[in-house]
Amino acid sequence: MLIEVDNVTHIYNDENNVTALKDINLDIDKGEFIGIVGHTGSGKSTLVQLFNGLIIPSSGTVKVNSKNISSEKRNLKETRRHVGLVFQYPEHQLFEESVYKDIAFGPKNLGLDEAEIENRVKEVMELVGLGYSEFKDRSPFNLSGGQQRRVAIAGVLALKPEVLVLDEPSAGLDPQGRKRLADLLKYLYEKLDMTIILISHRMEEIAELASRVIVMHQGKIVLDGSPKEVFANEKKLHKLALDLPQITEILHRLKEKGLNLETEIFSISKASDEIIKALRSH
Amino acid sequence: MLKDITIGQYIARESIIHSLDARMKIILTTILIIALFTINTFNGFGIFSIFILIVILLSKIPFVKVIKGLKPILFLILLTLLIHVFLTKGGTVLWSWRFLSIESEGVYTGFFMVSRIFILILFTSLLTLTTSPLQLTDGIEYVLSPLKRFGVPAAELSMMMTIALRFIPTLLEEAEKIMKAQQARGADFESGNIINRAKSLIPLLVPLFISAFRRADDLALAMESRCYRGGEGRTRLHQLEYRYYDFIALSIVLVLAVTVYFF
Repeated sequence: MLIEVDNVTHIYNDENNVTALKDINLDIDKGEFIGIVGHTGSGKSTLVQLFNGLIIPSSGTVKVNSKNISSEKRNLKETRRHVGLVFQYPEHQLFEESVYKDIAFGPKNLGLDEAEIENRVKEVMELVGLGYSEFKDRSPFNLSGGQQRRVAIAGVLALKPEVLVLDEPSAGLDPQGRKRLADLLKYLYEKLDMTIILISHRMEEIAELASRVIVMHQGKIVLDGSPKEVFANEKKLHKLALDLPQITEILHRLKEKGLNLETEIFSISKASDEIIKALRSH
Repeated sequence: MLKDITIGQYIARESIIHSLDARMKIILTTILIIALFTINTFNGFGIFSIFILIVILLSKIPFVKVIKGLKPILFLILLTLLIHVFLTKGGTVLWSWRFLSIESEGVYTGFFMVSRIFILILFTSLLTLTTSPLQLTDGIEYVLSPLKRFGVPAAELSMMMTIALRFIPTLLEEAEKIMKAQQARGADFESGNIINRAKSLIPLLVPLFISAFRRADDLALAMESRCYRGGEGRTRLHQLEYRYYDFIALSIVLVLAVTVYFF
């Protein structure tokens, strides 16, 4: 088991004392693509920060590769090598004068030698679609928003984590940027066998990419299963003020109107086939 | 760790000191500070200390909180004391060793200066402890407004202060976020010697400044689109208003200021 979360409760230690997580139990296997959805304040961001030791839970344990990272004397550098975390609006953390230096920041902190750092930077820049020779000397602050975000994601990928956690990575991107990001995640998951944990508000994104969906509400996991299983709970999701993917929603409505069709479909082309099939047999 | 920073800390209580008009409190503090610098003997400090004690009791602010506010200037106080003790000469020699000597005059001025700084800080921190930042900036604007004739932009100054105070918590939050993001990339803010630690702040400070400038741009746009055109003729939600006890306070302070002068 890659990540094990046992009976974790977390209460923020400030004036409001918000209970962000309540008795969470969760196992994440190598090679899963997990989509986490939930309302603002449902505890998603807190949960993922547990995975690389940025937050120590108030009670309970978090294990990464069977090593407990929820105790005080944890080896955080080691943990962060395993779990890479891309925060919301990651481009806001850029600070170096060139793209190369910014991406190299992580590997440098790991204490790698110059040659290895250069290899890694080259590799991840090509991975996120920024040509090495074209972009390496440019200032990250003169890039477009989408490019800046790719630089920031590359900065985390350069740590070569086994698990990549992304918190709302597509927020504020244009459709083309979102598509590019989805393709990148797909590539990392399918071709490089990375374990990916994706927080998103966009159900379409989750449905398209994830192999397992976790729904959070008020600090608890309320649904956990394959996209098919989770999105079958239409009523429950609506009650939590969450949506189905639009295309699935349409199929549900058509079924209500009396069409006999399969509703747990998340891609437009499959859905259109299904609708045509249903109409023919109608 | 960043949340421990307290600047102009205001403690809300229902007390007579809190309900004094902000303008009056600023004026009173100014009078007291001027009086403080006219004092030549320890007797005056004694009277002021008793006065401060009474004000603290009236304001219902826990004594510990007031003392905590003195912590940051402890270093300054110690330094002042040491400089005076060693460098001010005169009177009888109390102690000497090679080129170092302590003379009675030095000890006297040392303690005199330290008492003055203590009381000065206590006066000003009582002002910020009992006056909300918004009231305080409003008050400053009023107090400065006679200077408008000489081209002092009083309204703009107070708007600047209001905005600065408003954005302290926002920037702290932002700093914490950036810190976490850099830690996720292996940055280490806690270990190493002073030089390394200072260097390790660059990944925090650069993004923080950039976001502060971005925020400033956004805020300026937002204010303009709501027709902000400088402070001229702006009305406000909470009008400041003098009441009878403001003048009672003024009388007390004036009497006190004159008394300590002649003591």
